Amino acid sequence: MATKLKEVDVVVVGLGWTGGILSKELTEAGLKVVALERGAANSTAADYAVPNIRDELRYVIRHELMQNAAKDTLTARNTPQQEALPMRRLGSFLPGEGVGGSGIHWSGGTWRWTDMDFKVRSLYEERYGKKYIPEDMTLQDWGITYAEMEPYYDKFERIAATSGKAGNLKGQILAGGNPFEAPRASEYPLPPLKSVLAAEMFADTAAKAGYHPFPRPTANASQPYTNPDGTKFGACQYCGYCQRFGCEANAKGSPHMTVIPIAMKNPKFEMRTHSWVTKVLKDSSGKRVTGVLYTNVLSGEEFEQPASIVLLTAFSLNNVHLMMLSGIGKPYDPVTQTGIIGKNFSYDTGPSGRLFFEGRNFNPFMAAGGSNHVIDDFNGDWNFDRSKHGYVGGFIVSAGFNTALPIGYRPVPGGTPSWGSEWKAATAKWYQTSMGISARSGVMPHRHNYYDLDPTYKNALGQPLMRLTFDFKANEHKMNEHGAQVINEIAKSMNPTRLGAARGSTEPWTVARYQSTHTSGGSIMGTNPRVSAVNTALQSWDCHNLFVVGANVFPHGGAYQPTGLVGALAYRTADIIKKQYLKNPGALVSA
Amino acid sequence: MKNEPFDRRAFLKSAVAGSAAAVTVSLPQSADAQQRAAAAAPPAHPGYTFLNLEEAAFVEAAVDHMIPADALSPKGTDLGVNIYIDRALAGGWGKGDRLYMQGPWKTGTPSQGYQLPLTPAELYRAGIKAANAYSVKTYGKTFDKITQAQREEYLLAWQAGKVSFEGGPPARTFFGMLYQNVMEGMFSDPIYGGNRDKAGWKMIGFPGVIATHAQNIEKFRDKKYVADTVSISDMS
Repeated sequence: MATKLKEVDVVVVGLGWTGGILSKELTEAGLKVVALERGAANSTAADYAVPNIRDELRYVIRHELMQNAAKDTLTARNTPQQEALPMRRLGSFLPGEGVGGSGIHWSGGTWRWTDMDFKVRSLYEERYGKKYIPEDMTLQDWGITYAEMEPYYDKFERIAATSGKAGNLKGQILAGGNPFEAPRASEYPLPPLKSVLAAEMFADTAAKAGYHPFPRPTANASQPYTNPDGTKFGACQYCGYCQRFGCEANAKGSPHMTVIPIAMKNPKFEMRTHSWVTKVLKDSSGKRVTGVLYTNVLSGEEFEQPASIVLLTAFSLNNVHLMMLSGIGKPYDPVTQTGIIGKNFSYDTGPSGRLFFEGRNFNPFMAAGGSNHVIDDFNGDWNFDRSKHGYVGGFIVSAGFNTALPIGYRPVPGGTPSWGSEWKAATAKWYQTSMGISARSGVMPHRHNYYDLDPTYKNALGQPLMRLTFDFKANEHKMNEHGAQVINEIAKSMNPTRLGAARGSTEPWTVARYQSTHTSGGSIMGTNPRVSAVNTALQSWDCHNLFVVGANVFPHGGAYQPTGLVGALAYRTADIIKKQYLKNPGALVSA
Repeated sequence: MKNEPFDRRAFLKSAVAGSAAAVTVSLPQSADAQQRAAAAAPPAHPGYTFLNLEEAAFVEAAVDHMIPADALSPKGTDLGVNIYIDRALAGGWGKGDRLYMQGPWKTGTPSQGYQLPLTPAELYRAGIKAANAYSVKTYGKTFDKITQAQREEYLLAWQAGKVSFEGGPPARTFFGMLYQNVMEGMFSDPIYGGNRDKAGWKMIGFPGVIATHAQNIEKFRDKKYVADTVSISDMS
């Protein structure tokens, strides 16, 4: 029997970027907030200090900062006809665990998604005709606009210490930035990071080919910085240990050193770690939630935490899982195409090429999280004619280094033996003289890419695991083929000694190999409850006092990394709760 | 028969079983390799915490074949790669840390990843037995007793998926784990027992546990970075 605790105003489920932002904002608005986090609390000083943080085996290979698959994972299959089996070891994607969540181990890529994503169906139908979008591609507009997101993007970029160069400042196109970005009201808070040779060589060649390279906007402080909340950042040390590590220099924008400590100072806030939320509770009408049930994983005790408002702010997959376990909204059925929870799982993908330059020194171990240059000519540029290639979406192409550590990163030309003296010689020769170029495109939603609950496998608390049915479809294959072509053209112009050409793979998606942690969808946002789980305020259509904040609300995947948009949406939801919902609790958008 | 100058395993075996000690014959080494071996004199063997005699012989033979001594580095056992593997198997990772171990167990498709009802330590235990059985069937001797050329042929066939273990675990899955662990033992921080004297890192010019490159990133643009290689214990 669960111990019932005293009611609070807000309960926050999962304390990473979105939970941290909402905890800070809502405690400042005077609400009593309790945040429940399944993992432990961490601090830069104790947990991310040199030398112990510089350990590839521990953090990259053994996943120390990640969700523990022994206790909770998902099952996966490529098609509804297959039997889903557990992802027994994390592979394809790596949800973070503990205070700060994936905001600890990300590399800082911070992008502004635009109306090209938010109005995707309307724009493609208008330009390419209604028949251009395949019938099984369950694409839809999001219901928000870039103009309303702009101030929230700006807010997140400032809080997270984003380094970059504006390409479109209030409509004026600026040299050095991304000319295809939507108009920004202000410059990035910090200038771009120092660039690395590989990125510069790529950028020079891309520019000569008529493309528009720019430094990837990244939440790694290029110089010491104090954000608008007063949080002090150190400068990036280009240590080469960024992705999958915590930052010892406090140079990477992370929730554990920004928004969460500010919330912690507020007496209205309480953080409870090792608290695994198992269910969102509803009242008898089913139209309101009353709080959450959670297990203290240190003692096994179960608690009920009543709250006036429940915020789901865990990793995207876990937000959707909790909705399903709690019976919130109607589960999606791919056969009848009815229901909504679990629909439109999306991801990102892309080919890469490998270039070998005898005599160059790339020093792959000296890099920030975002030591890349990027071109957005095949994604952000709406004038780029997709119909020649027959796909919806686009891809960015980038080159540079991020966490090129030697267990995982040892490039050798094709045909090199896998062991022996010849392998050693090639490994020694090419480790420092190779660079890559890669493309990233968003996976478009598909009728048969979705989540539901697994009928067989259970997590450590005896609850059904999430089941993911997912594969790359024709749209991704076409994008990857085009991406590979662009990479190879640029790569050849760079005249490498050897080239491992990019190839557009049509292999099925696998859980076994790391690809990206940008899983999205499953409880998507929209303008009506027939086609979305939450409205544009990220409020559940079914229960007005439940908000679900994360990439799970994205109706499709994009070429840009998701965190900039996730952070901006969290600030926007905080604003809406403070300015509208608290005054008049109820549905913010009439169904 | 290839042997180390002093075959400790054979010695132990003979001590236990009372059989004749193995005859030891040193293979000729290149001058470079001899210099390299002399420079990094192997320390006293730290001993095993998981591997039994047969398993130790197999792992030692495998890591020395994959990482031979030459001008670039000492051989696998002199790097401690066998010790790395032993410690990994004895520790949390080997016992299934962060590995979902609930049934039911199905083979699945390749895209569904690892689906064996075995922890890494259990896979090694069953896998080495099966790999040696295959070696005996094919070459008449266990893997540690066959010639260099036979080892090369075996490993190439194994990697290519042309070897299957009758009644044993899937050969390919075990090979994938073994190969990955050999790489980990060569390139992980020496604190885990491998990469002795940071020789794996020195071979490729990886500087290790550097506190900051803020001053280096421009200074060494397109230049070889030269500095002492640093490990966690060097900085602790």
